[in-house]
Amino acid sequence: MTKIVVAVKYVPDATANRSFNADNTVDRDGVDGLLSELDEYAVEQALQIIEAGEGEVTVLTVGPDDAADAIRKALQMGADAGVHVKDDAIHGSDAFATSLVLAEAIKKLDYDLLFFGMTSTDGGMGVVPTLVAERLGVPAVTFASEVTVDGDTVKIRRDGDVAAQTVEATGKVVVSVTDQTGEARYPSFKGIMAAKKKEVQEWSLADLGLDAASVGLDNAWSKVESFEPRPARTAGEIVTDEGDGGTKLAEFLASKKFV
Amino acid sequence: MSEVLVVVDHVDGAVTKPTLELLTIAKRLGEPSAIYFGGGAVPSVLAEHGAEKIYQLDDAAYTDFLVAPKAEAIAKIAGDSSPAAVLLSSSAEGKEIAARVALKIESGLITDAVDVTADGVTTQSVFAGNFTVQSKVTKGASVITVKPNSANPEASAGAGAVEAVSVDISDAAKGAKITDSQPKAESGRPELTEAAIVVAGGRGTGGDFSEVEAFADSLGAAVGASRAAVDSGWYPHSFQIGQTGKTVSPQLYVANGISGAIQHRAGMQTSKTIIAVNKDDEAPIFELVDFGVVGDLKTVLPQATDEIKKRKG
Repeated sequence: MTKIVVAVKYVPDATANRSFNADNTVDRDGVDGLLSELDEYAVEQALQIIEAGEGEVTVLTVGPDDAADAIRKALQMGADAGVHVKDDAIHGSDAFATSLVLAEAIKKLDYDLLFFGMTSTDGGMGVVPTLVAERLGVPAVTFASEVTVDGDTVKIRRDGDVAAQTVEATGKVVVSVTDQTGEARYPSFKGIMAAKKKEVQEWSLADLGLDAASVGLDNAWSKVESFEPRPARTAGEIVTDEGDGGTKLAEFLASKKFV
Repeated sequence: MSEVLVVVDHVDGAVTKPTLELLTIAKRLGEPSAIYFGGGAVPSVLAEHGAEKIYQLDDAAYTDFLVAPKAEAIAKIAGDSSPAAVLLSSSAEGKEIAARVALKIESGLITDAVDVTADGVTTQSVFAGNFTVQSKVTKGASVITVKPNSANPEASAGAGAVEAVSVDISDAAKGAKITDSQPKAESGRPELTEAAIVVAGGRGTGGDFSEVEAFADSLGAAVGASRAAVDSGWYPHSFQIGQTGKTVSPQLYVANGISGAIQHRAGMQTSKTIIAVNKDDEAPIFELVDFGVVGDLKTVLPQATDEIKKRKG
């Protein structure tokens, strides 16, 4: 019986026009959100491990009301239960506060393994998995392109810049996965119907024994001071190849001193 | 003047260009000290780029396990030296180490900076390059990871005093053991994230990257690939450019047979000059370009390659 908690994030759709609020935090109301794509891969890996043996998958998220949609999607894919930590005080939290809330929530859950996507598709820092591991004092095997679980040992493959590595850890382990772990499944009709009956618990900061002074924008350890839209690119020159497209390309490169 | 700790990236003693960029940035903020993990002689290039002090840490723990031992050691040095800032390269490993160090020394963290001022204000490009933000650490030392190509390395003589440091690494930090490591085969091309010119291929290559590679080699460029090309098994994942791969910000980016989905744009949109070659004149990539050729890369690229070789004589 393996108990896996998958931490997921609800993010603004990358194909929409993302922007900021007046307080320099990400505008989450102006655009539709969804389950961060890389977290779908984490859910998929967790489900495959359970399906190969026995166990259950709990999805955990920290976020505003709408973030329930991210949990719902994971439940439709086949996860067994959800936990949604929400509290107005969490708005504007940095990666440290987010990792604190996740770690405290995880402590309340019975788990053997923790899965994360390698990074969110909005903030994109890629540090929350390692921070949660640091806070819980458990090993982290990150950026996995392949995951295998054998007893209480987790083995991953990772494809780094200078080497391809195999990494092992035992016991309660944090695993973060890349999109190389394999396509995430689409929810089936059966999965969508079954998800309606699954339990989603809602926890506040108080439920975790945390107070507002440990999270939120005012307590972030770094601040966005200003933001500005990138100036629109001026339309470039586009030519159609009529037998001399390559020559024109080389000429352009030479005019810009790249040749 | 306060110390500024720079964590050195090197492969068997060959220090990477991003590390030299970090030393250059460190000089704006204080007195650069390099942290060098590895044995043997410390590369002189660190002192030649302004490192006053070089902490050398040589222990198998730093190579046998993932990031936790390095983070413990850096946090120990930071605790003893009270630096103004800790700078690391914005690689996956650099960011992980930075996060753990920042948490241990209770300091704020900024990742993927493309510029850092003398006041510690950073510039970052976010949302697929659609916004530029200025940020600042508000607690403790500034822990900042900086993207490659964010500064021009400047030579400046530093004392380069080597100080051997030994840190007792906790058992807890030795949880993620590297049991096998296969070095990547040398392509002979520049490293993707550091390259001044990147030439990338996508679905339009049909799986044959030979024209893309030949064109890249005529320019001395790195080769990258879109997710569609990687998912099709045409090019290794470590060359993938985009939201779930690498972000690049070279002087010149040439996209060949790549339509330019938002996920790809997220990985290359901050390139200074952008060129696209694509058969489809409605490909979204053309919205970004400084120069575009509507045509088949299989005929356009070989012609361009020949012309470049001719011009180079």
